[in-house]
Amino acid sequence: MASPDTVVAAPATSTPPSAPASAGRRRRSRSDTGYWLYLLPGALLFLLVIGGPLVYTGYLSLTKWSGVGDPTFIGLDNYRNLLTDDVFWTSFQNTVAMIIAMVVLPTLIGLVLAAVLFDTIGRRFRPRTAAALRAAFYLPQVLPVVVAGIVWGWILRPGGALNGLFDAVGLGSLAHDWLGDPNTALPAVMAVMIWVQLGYPVVVFMAALERVNPELYEAAEIDGAGWFRRFRAITLPQIRPETFVVGLTCTIAAMKVFGPIFALTRGGPENATNVPSYFAYFTFFKRLQVGYGSAISMVLTLIIVVVAVLFIRAQNRAERRDGVL
Amino acid sequence: MAITLTPPQRVRRPADRRHRGAGRWIVLALVGAAALAMLVPFAFMLLNAFKSPADYSTNGPLSWPSEFYTTGLRTYWEQVDFPVKLWNSVLISGSVAVLAVVVSLLSAYALGVGRVRGRLWIIGLFLLANMLPQEALIYPLYHFAKEAGLYNTRLAVIIIFTVIQAAFGTYLLASVLGTFPRTLLEAAALDGAGRWRILWRVVLPNVRPTISVLLVFFFIWTWNEFLIPLVMLIDNQTQTVPVALASLQGDRLMDAPTTNAGALISLLPAILFFLIFQRTLSRGITAGADK
Repeated sequence: MASPDTVVAAPATSTPPSAPASAGRRRRSRSDTGYWLYLLPGALLFLLVIGGPLVYTGYLSLTKWSGVGDPTFIGLDNYRNLLTDDVFWTSFQNTVAMIIAMVVLPTLIGLVLAAVLFDTIGRRFRPRTAAALRAAFYLPQVLPVVVAGIVWGWILRPGGALNGLFDAVGLGSLAHDWLGDPNTALPAVMAVMIWVQLGYPVVVFMAALERVNPELYEAAEIDGAGWFRRFRAITLPQIRPETFVVGLTCTIAAMKVFGPIFALTRGGPENATNVPSYFAYFTFFKRLQVGYGSAISMVLTLIIVVVAVLFIRAQNRAERRDGVL
Repeated sequence: MAITLTPPQRVRRPADRRHRGAGRWIVLALVGAAALAMLVPFAFMLLNAFKSPADYSTNGPLSWPSEFYTTGLRTYWEQVDFPVKLWNSVLISGSVAVLAVVVSLLSAYALGVGRVRGRLWIIGLFLLANMLPQEALIYPLYHFAKEAGLYNTRLAVIIIFTVIQAAFGTYLLASVLGTFPRTLLEAAALDGAGRWRILWRVVLPNVRPTISVLLVFFFIWTWNEFLIPLVMLIDNQTQTVPVALASLQGDRLMDAPTTNAGALISLLPAILFFLIFQRTLSRGITAGADK
């Protein structure tokens, strides 16, 4: 961890312009050091639970170790092996599928649903109708993902509810082992993740719409703008900050997804639904290849950090552009 | 962004706007159908949680239960010793929520009010910590916990999640406290209050809404956590509700009705929190979205 002292943040010594001069002097005369004490518990715990272990995982990724005895230093061998490991590539390909299922589709569907719930249903019917519908979409977000995974695992299995449903409506030929067939396992998992994730953007976007000035919509409507036009010209630009937040948090969640995969498929069949975090878990605790598992984790960490930084930069640029206009 | 609209082609009477056309009913029907579809898995679960295994195997997953069968629920309850699991989850999530809020408040006081040097970097570091995949920490944590004799203890999980949740709490609270009215602090300082007193008597009462949102979030997030409890807690006396359900998966005793009964029991507390905290949560989601 780099020492934070090397970077000087300006506000430490400057006084807000509104503060009276005497108060400013008084505050400056007390040294900064007193406040460091308050940072101490957080910083120590941080080093113990996050900083230390992260650095240690970084070190372990350069070793061969089964978890017993001493790790053997092997340099970058683990990373070299990753490059030719098909499972590794498959798992990262599946991450793209997870981003589609947990970010792209829920955000797009969520935008439309939130706008419809807020604009059409909230205003043309009673707001309570919109609130009740919103709760239905949000409910899957409330339950532990493992519970969701287990219920869906049962619904999708050969004797499960989905196939029962197909039988009941005379489409028995469609019955299928959805999670057991490598061709359908990934789409099935994606469908479950859309179901799990959808409520989050809906609720955030509906909350965002509350702060948009309703006169904008009314003016546009009087001007004869149709629903889609209002959606594009008002809704989308107005709630862009929230769209960024949802995009960032969901992308990170998608890249880290573990619980649903564990409960639904354990990465199978034939790695068709394996993802980096499950691959790392399996390598650590089932194959006991701690060094290799650490390398997978470090690659995943690096990608997440890069994606997060790119996201935040894009957001800052968009904000600056809006500021100029 | 500028809003450009075409000149009005036809002026509609605003008075009609609220109750216009059949279109709104079609929209309502479509969205209502989608909302119902979201609830179907819950309906399946309820339907099958009260079926006997024999009923399930003869009539399949879609039939109405032939009798109100609660043995599945009771079997699961006793088999996993559910009250112990419930207590473990409450103890872990509750402790984490309180401890993480205290740690966040202390750190955020130094960063937001104290404006210690390098605070932007420190806040960035905490934000980053919140994004890390837990796989990047899990093996050293597992190893250290074993060395320290904390493996398979609830304390280990409490400490770990206190830090992980506090990373987010510090980030959020520091930005809230960054805009804390200086005049309030200065008035208190003029009255002779020290920093410790100012924190508890002036700052805390003013950020209480944010704190309550954080408490609820931390509780629910920790409740739903899976990987770290799965790795750290290996026996019946220490496991949490989600881990207990997952570790019975694939067990021969877990036929479809028992699986559904277990899922139903495991999700009831979550629904309960949702109903209790709904108002705090919707407020919190907005607070989070403002960053």
